[in-house]
Amino acid sequence: MSLRITARTARRILRQLSHDRRTVAMLLVIPVLLLTLLRYLFDSQPLLFDRIGLIMLGVFPFIVMFLITSVAMLRERTSGTLERLLTTPLHKLDMLLGYGLAFALAAAVQAVVVAGVAYWFLGLDSAGSPWLVGLIAIGNAVLGMALGLFFSAFARSEFQAVQFMPLIVLPQALLCGLFVPRESMVGWLQAISRAMPLTYAVQALTEVGQHADPTNLMWRDLGIIFGLAIVALFLGAATLRRRTG
Amino acid sequence: MEKTVEVRDLVVRRGRREVLHGISVAVPPGCVTGLLGPSGSGKTTLMRCLVGVQKFQSGTVTVLGRPAGTPELRHAVGYLTQSPSIYADLTVRENARYFASLYSLSNAEADRAVHDVGLADAAHQLVSTLSGGQHSRASLACALLGSPRLLVLDEPTVGQDPVLRDDLWRQFHELAKAGTTLLVSSHVMDEAARCDRLLLIRDGDLIADDTPDAIRTATGTSDLEEAFLRLIRAREAGSGKAQPTQEGKAQPTQERSS
Ligand SMILES: Nc1ncnc2c1ncn2[C@@H]1O[C@H](COP(=O)(O)OP(=O)(O)OP(=O)(O)O)[C@@H](O)[C@H]1O
Ligand SMILES: [Mg+2]
Repeated sequence: MSLRITARTARRILRQLSHDRRTVAMLLVIPVLLLTLLRYLFDSQPLLFDRIGLIMLGVFPFIVMFLITSVAMLRERTSGTLERLLTTPLHKLDMLLGYGLAFALAAAVQAVVVAGVAYWFLGLDSAGSPWLVGLIAIGNAVLGMALGLFFSAFARSEFQAVQFMPLIVLPQALLCGLFVPRESMVGWLQAISRAMPLTYAVQALTEVGQHADPTNLMWRDLGIIFGLAIVALFLGAATLRRRTG
Repeated sequence: MEKTVEVRDLVVRRGRREVLHGISVAVPPGCVTGLLGPSGSGKTTLMRCLVGVQKFQSGTVTVLGRPAGTPELRHAVGYLTQSPSIYADLTVRENARYFASLYSLSNAEADRAVHDVGLADAAHQLVSTLSGGQHSRASLACALLGSPRLLVLDEPTVGQDPVLRDDLWRQFHELAKAGTTLLVSSHVMDEAARCDRLLLIRDGDLIADDTPDAIRTATGTSDLEEAFLRLIRAREAGSGKAQPTQEGKAQPTQERSS
């Protein structure tokens, strides 16, 4: 693997994104719109908005990057570009890290813009630093991207790829403690919840919301998120087959 | 002389069908070898084996002295896929520059490749907005980058006008003169005449491997299209597997004693 090729691959992916102005606009505008909606929905309960808004800040990048990566990767597979790239000196890891780098950067921009709007204009308030929220958001983006890469191997068409979103993302969103506190779930649901990456993302965000200084639990959760992202990237690498039938 | 490509007894199954049935071919260095055969005969499959992206059941594929697809070969082999495989949401130039960077080539070299396929004027156009022929040429530019030692080109001139085709073939011969080995698949017989050697496959078997002149002599016709028809008909009449014609003495058919 080569740093230069990884960097050029990341740049190529960002170029592709930049030619698609509408997608870029949607990446930035949709989370802002949804947060604004939440803000006025909870107009009379600002504390609830603080809790849910914060979690949304961290969870958007996960969902969006999962979707974008699974479609982008599926395109690489179906358009023949992936196969062609694998006949060049590019290493599989160059490809995966290129995607990781490019989308982490995109997620960082998204996090800064959305968090900026949330904190300055929508009156979001958290005990901990907004920078920690941004860090967790990037971790979630990388995790979403890595899972998207992996699951794209199981889709044959873009129709199938978008179906993975309710399959992979929705159960995690339901069980992560956002809607029902995890302690009040039945035992087996708690067990499933503990096995889901998003649970740790939401827990880390909740920690930032409640404590002025970063807690050990938050660092542990952040570690779990990045650790899982790396595992998913290697699983994704295993799905990039050089030889096919 | 050391062959650039040596394929021995290659058997490939795709899906449930056996596509190549123990084919053996060799491609000599520094010339343009044409790969011809009816649609579905296995040309693309054979080329995929040479660049190391095709699973195969048995046999050996040796390229530049190494098993096909080994990492060292990825610097030395250029591949043009049959359907263009470049990024539709990048410009021609951005595509070429990205592929160039994979081979540690400069932007200037990428731009030259774009120029060489006649796309200088469309360099800033998004690939998704190109015409069909331009799209194929953009893909070709990315394969020609950095003068690899072996170029595997799957129907590089399909959809191009006669002037461009002529120009591209001239470039192929220039590359060969400079030492590159080219394997070019085609459907068009007037292109067959421009190759230094021809491989004709049909239903996954090799039925001719010779120079265009030797094939013309052996089949008794000056027209290559007619020559191929005769080879194919003779083989069908033989109703068994014919042996490939030998170097320098192409035979219409030889029934295999069984
Ligand atoms: N992915 C696949 N799965 C199953 N069968 C396949 C697959 N790809 C190709 N085949 C079959 O293998 C045979 C050889 O295909 P191949 O693409 O090598 O032919 P070709 O000589 O390149 O044809 P053409 O001139 O039309 O490009 C065909 O019968 C085709 O239907
Ligand atoms: Mg073909």
